[in-house]
Amino acid sequence: MNVATLFFYLFSGMLVGSAMMVVSARNPVHAVLFLILAFVNAAGLMLLMGAEFLAMLLVIVYVGAVAVLFLFVVMMLDVDFAELRQGFLQYLPIGAVIAAIFFVEIALVVGTWQLAPEALSMHKAAAKMPVDAMNARALGRVLYTEYVYFFQAAGLILLVAMIGAIVLTLRERPGVRRQDVMAQNARTKASAITMVSVAQGQGVTNEGVKRKDASGQGV
Amino acid sequence: MVDITPNSPPERPVRKTSWFPLTMMAIALVVALGAAYGALWGVHYLWTQTSWFVPTLIIVIKSLVLLVALLVIIAFFLLADRKIWAAVQLRRGPNVVGPFGLLQSFADLLKFVLKEPVIPSGADKILFLLAPLLTCVLALSAWAVMPVAEGWAIADINVGILYVFAISSLGVYGVIIGGWASNSKYPFLGALRSAAQMVSYEVSIGFVIITVLMVVGSLNLTDIVNAQDKGGIAAALGMPWFTMLNWFFIPLFPMFVIFFISALAETNRPPFDLPEAESELVAGFMSEYSSTPYLLFMLGEYVAIMTMCALTTILFLGGWTPPLSIAPFTWVPGVVWFIAKVSFVFFMFAMVKAMVPRYRYDQLMRLGWKVFLPLSLAAVVIVAGVLQLTGWYR
Repeated sequence: MNVATLFFYLFSGMLVGSAMMVVSARNPVHAVLFLILAFVNAAGLMLLMGAEFLAMLLVIVYVGAVAVLFLFVVMMLDVDFAELRQGFLQYLPIGAVIAAIFFVEIALVVGTWQLAPEALSMHKAAAKMPVDAMNARALGRVLYTEYVYFFQAAGLILLVAMIGAIVLTLRERPGVRRQDVMAQNARTKASAITMVSVAQGQGVTNEGVKRKDASGQGV
Repeated sequence: MVDITPNSPPERPVRKTSWFPLTMMAIALVVALGAAYGALWGVHYLWTQTSWFVPTLIIVIKSLVLLVALLVIIAFFLLADRKIWAAVQLRRGPNVVGPFGLLQSFADLLKFVLKEPVIPSGADKILFLLAPLLTCVLALSAWAVMPVAEGWAIADINVGILYVFAISSLGVYGVIIGGWASNSKYPFLGALRSAAQMVSYEVSIGFVIITVLMVVGSLNLTDIVNAQDKGGIAAALGMPWFTMLNWFFIPLFPMFVIFFISALAETNRPPFDLPEAESELVAGFMSEYSSTPYLLFMLGEYVAIMTMCALTTILFLGGWTPPLSIAPFTWVPGVVWFIAKVSFVFFMFAMVKAMVPRYRYDQLMRLGWKVFLPLSLAAVVIVAGVLQLTGWYR
């Protein structure tokens, strides 16, 4: 057993364990934290397979951004745990049925999986990779040539989802005074300051605002 | 009659020679010798018969040396931070412990370690203690790939820059977990602010890194430094010895500025220290922390700042390369140049802290999303276009 195998069992064991904890943790925040642990271990497994670029992207995108926002939302939820557990018994039968269906499906797929006899020898032949081929370069070559339309389509779908989320949550609130930095920066001394000579005993009115000219006389 | 003889010695029982302790000592000696021999034999076996033991040992020793050096340097950077801050405000700063206050950080360390850690009764104890540990360990682990000199990186991996970026984006977890686990209003608000802030500025940091990567054509940190060593503006001007002109802070100057400011926000440094704004949130996510957990938070924060300084050095200031590749400059070892450049960037960090007032939260978000994101996105397009059209792409 070499070190890579050791790490494989370490990562996969922790991955399975933390995935179990995601489901069974009582506290939703703990569940999300276990989910994050599962992501990190999955990234570790990818590293072992040599997919270092994908592993780092998984950590950056899912753990560093998506899961943070997820945690952000879950932490602000006001969850009543007693109520949750009440619902648990109520939904147990239907949940069990769905789980059983999934299990049967997976068992059918895995059980009836037939491997071509030559496939076993093929994976060794295909594993030869050029030594200088880096993950990022190899991915880029495929992604931006053969699959460029699918790549663009995926981007468009994400864009639509983003616009949809913004449209759903955007609301105009009247009476909010926003800071307009452009307007602030565009102010000059001439537009901001007015010299007024006020006649004694009279306040400043809009009509009464007079600007002095260079000679000091009211215009 | 009472015996009034003072201090009459009590009669001692006659001692019989007890063999029991001697036997036990002999057995212990034999066991210890056996264990020592076994350990030596084990080390010898591992050293000669296995292929992984010696490399692992070397990595462990390298890591220890790097970590000790890093922590000692950070102790003095912490002091420098306070001294610079004090100098800007015409104060003297820490000047009591040791000459010029040089040992102040170590005194602080001792003080924090010897205090009692207080854990609030409503806190989630495990997460409460895990959060500072996470902050510190994650911040330190980013240094595994830092090339402090030619070939001096502990792990010179292909995706080095992505690794550092991933680790620095994980830094938010310590803050957010600590804020939540404290089970208190101010820490929680600090944690929420920090989460939103760090996620926002990561976007522009990522785009800035992409512009540098496009110019270099590699994700390896050593390659990024080497790309700034030769070729570039200096060669184009016919002065190949003027290495400083090759550094990316000249062609990518706007990116350098954006990266520096985003690094301030990413490490919760002033003027973006909203998560721990003392005028609004007491001490933000650290309000409930004391003693060693607090120390770990502070240490993690400064290690993260050092990481960002080192990353700025590697991406924009030529890493370990000397500013002029002529005689007196090339004699200085690369690690000295690296530390000098990191110190310079840290000096700028400290000056910003001393001079710039804290941003309001909406201004912070505006700067991140409405100014830096479009600018850096446009820069990615422009740099890619220039590289493609001029054929400068390596």
